[in-house]
Amino acid sequence: MALLTFSDKGFYCPPGDFYIDPWRQVNKAVITHAHSDHARYGHRQYIAQQDSVPLLKLRLGSFIQATGYPYGTSFSIRGVKVSFHPAAHVLGAAQVRLEYKGEVWVVTGDYKLAPDPLAGSFEPVPCHTFITECTFGLPIYQWPEPMQVFTEINDWWRENQEEGRTSILSAYSLGKAQRILCSVDAGIGPIYAHGAIENTHDVIRQMGIALPKTERITDKTNKKDLTGALVLTPSSGMASNWIRRFADPVTAAASGWMMVRGNRRRQSVDRGFVLSDHVDWNALNAVIGELHPEKIYVTHGFTDLFARWLQDQGYDADVVRTEYSGENEEPLEEVTG
Amino acid sequence: MKRFAFLYRQLDQTTSTNRKLRALVDYFQAAEHQDALWTIALFSHRRPRRTVTTTLLRLWAAESAGIPLWLFEASYDMVGDLAEAIALVTPPPERSETLRTLKDWIRFMQDLKDVDEEAKRKAILEAWSQLEQDERFLFNKLLTGGFRIGVSQKMVTKALAQVLAMDENAVAHRLMGDWTPDNTTWDALFQSDSALDDHSKPYPFYLAYALEGAPEDLGALSEWAAERKWDGIRGQYIHRGDTWFLWSRGEELVTDKFPELETLMKIIPPGTVLDGEIMPWKEDNPLPFADLQKRIGRKNVSKKLMADIPVIFKAYDLLEWQGKDIRERPYQERRALLDPIIEAIPPGYPIRLSPMVPAGSWEELTTIRSRAREEHCEGLMLKRMDSAYGTGRKKGDWWKWKIDPLTIDAVMIYAQRGHGRRASLFTDFTFAVLDGEQLIPFTKAYSGLTDAEFDEVNAFIRRNTLDRFGPVAVVKPELVFEIAFEGIQASSRHKSGIALRFPRIKRWRKDKLRKEANTFQDLQEMLERYA
Repeated sequence: MALLTFSDKGFYCPPGDFYIDPWRQVNKAVITHAHSDHARYGHRQYIAQQDSVPLLKLRLGSFIQATGYPYGTSFSIRGVKVSFHPAAHVLGAAQVRLEYKGEVWVVTGDYKLAPDPLAGSFEPVPCHTFITECTFGLPIYQWPEPMQVFTEINDWWRENQEEGRTSILSAYSLGKAQRILCSVDAGIGPIYAHGAIENTHDVIRQMGIALPKTERITDKTNKKDLTGALVLTPSSGMASNWIRRFADPVTAAASGWMMVRGNRRRQSVDRGFVLSDHVDWNALNAVIGELHPEKIYVTHGFTDLFARWLQDQGYDADVVRTEYSGENEEPLEEVTG
Repeated sequence: MKRFAFLYRQLDQTTSTNRKLRALVDYFQAAEHQDALWTIALFSHRRPRRTVTTTLLRLWAAESAGIPLWLFEASYDMVGDLAEAIALVTPPPERSETLRTLKDWIRFMQDLKDVDEEAKRKAILEAWSQLEQDERFLFNKLLTGGFRIGVSQKMVTKALAQVLAMDENAVAHRLMGDWTPDNTTWDALFQSDSALDDHSKPYPFYLAYALEGAPEDLGALSEWAAERKWDGIRGQYIHRGDTWFLWSRGEELVTDKFPELETLMKIIPPGTVLDGEIMPWKEDNPLPFADLQKRIGRKNVSKKLMADIPVIFKAYDLLEWQGKDIRERPYQERRALLDPIIEAIPPGYPIRLSPMVPAGSWEELTTIRSRAREEHCEGLMLKRMDSAYGTGRKKGDWWKWKIDPLTIDAVMIYAQRGHGRRASLFTDFTFAVLDGEQLIPFTKAYSGLTDAEFDEVNAFIRRNTLDRFGPVAVVKPELVFEIAFEGIQASSRHKSGIALRFPRIKRWRKDKLRKEANTFQDLQEMLERYA
């Protein structure tokens, strides 16, 4: 029997009567991670990996009813055995494993293979049916070594600093920003953050997780102090008036889309760094090759092409339409404040 | 190749002119001469010939990446650039080749010209397996003949002048002409005197800026000479020894396209270089520019074509006289030499003087300028009397003072996606005028919008696409734009019967509704008045 069905509200589990990452309001929602396209407003009950709960409350309001479980600990929802497993996407991001009458399904949410300073390392979970994202499911997306990218970011920052300029780097406020913060050489100079990112940092620090020092950019921030600094901002900050406060800024974006030259140029930033929290082409194929599931469903990304590729490889693969946006621009509402 | 790739990355990663210049200087100081020569050649559009078809490259890219061809094609669609798509899908090198430099790789490509397909395949796959990703990209760019980079020739000249400790103008002059890295060397190009003995070598063209302020701001009229601004192709006529050459402004040798000018050798002495305009000309009147395009477009210039569209050289400056470079002498002196030479030529030869336009005041000159369209000109040129003939574009001594363009308000009806980095944006637009309830398409236009407007128009198109034909979207006819253009001609090749010269979007008329756009009748009246 199908452990999950695909409805216009999202993935639904009939025996457990709950949804996974639904995009319409439901009673019980199991959430893979706290990005806004996966964790929507208005569900009665949220169930997530325990590190995700404070982030959900930050984004959706402290009033939501949310329950957290650690990775690897299974719990039962109406007889369906549910557990969370590291997805290495962002802090608290989890693959959801469902087991019912000997049948095992896994929903990956978003994931990457490279280890993440806050989100840990991806754990492959054997299953019969594998529902995977394929945001970057084309062979043009093959990530460079992250260490190499961080070296490039350090060099870029240093060079700008020598010219007395401010380095402004756009990155997701949850996930990418912390990954960069924990990986660049903080000895180069001060690191500042846009309010939306700093709000996330506050919550993470309250959870007892140490982050390198950052300063919040406010209306009182002195322009002169920013000379030679690194400023982290969501991409929408780059497009707004917010950016105008900086004297002589040099701008850059860190994203998987920066792999393609045309995208780098269209971003109207000076520089693009290829850094993604999603699996690339090789990682996707490696995971699927290792798990060798009986059935594969692919969600957001180059789904049609990737499903056809898997079929060519002899897999039973299909496309599921979802309303996840993948690694797109962050919605503007996130960056107010 | 590593050094060239490093240079490319540096130039590509910055928008700062200083950083670009520094990168070029560093490169030219460190690179082997023959590599540096190829780099200069690539920057000045002297590209090696294509030796492998793109169809084959696609097949081999799929093979190298271990993916089916359909998946490669889909990937290519996403990237929008073949060289880049191949570089992205092909695997990283097993061992990175460090020995071959730029010139070696270009030789490698040139050697593929005469080998069979299987040998080509082997060679290309081997090359990909030895090059890092950005090197593969450049290799593919060279292979497909599409190498382009955002650095002006002026900046390359400036960097070379620093490295060679030479005057910028002297470098610019030496870079001109018919050389390729295959037929010259670094020393021959920059050091030897014989490079300048090359009879074909043109002088760098001196270019004018558009005058934006009032002409009165230029000072006293007595310091300025005015001429008509002709609507032809800027050209340099060279007669040295017993040969002649004709260069276009794009540094293209166009001697073969205009054989009727050969006869000028009879009446212009060797050791003469003229600057002027190549013009289609009949019965002492200019023909439309479109006619000149017909001449350039044909591979073979037939007798009939020469009879239908005869060409003359409209001379306006003298750069070399009696074998001497006289560019440093003041403009009025050069003209004082030029005018009698051309005026002494008996009628019937395909050459005319571009006469100076006398005027008593700026006001009078402004009136003359306003009649330019009736005289089939684009406006006036203003040249400082005591100015030397410079190189490249330099502000101050030469100005083009064009008449205001014609304009018409039109409705956007189609939009087409761009190429390469603009592959996901609508960049080419088709416009129509009203004919009762009907819309008559009459022109395409590209640039002219601000980035913000451009994004807004793109968003509108995505929401208001009525139909699609391949890359073309049929847009709800609602947005009105002011289209500016330099001239208007009857044309049997266009559906509307009209062809515009230099059409572009002047501004978005957000204040206008579709029904307030101009009509087909307005357009036809313009045709009658100005064509």
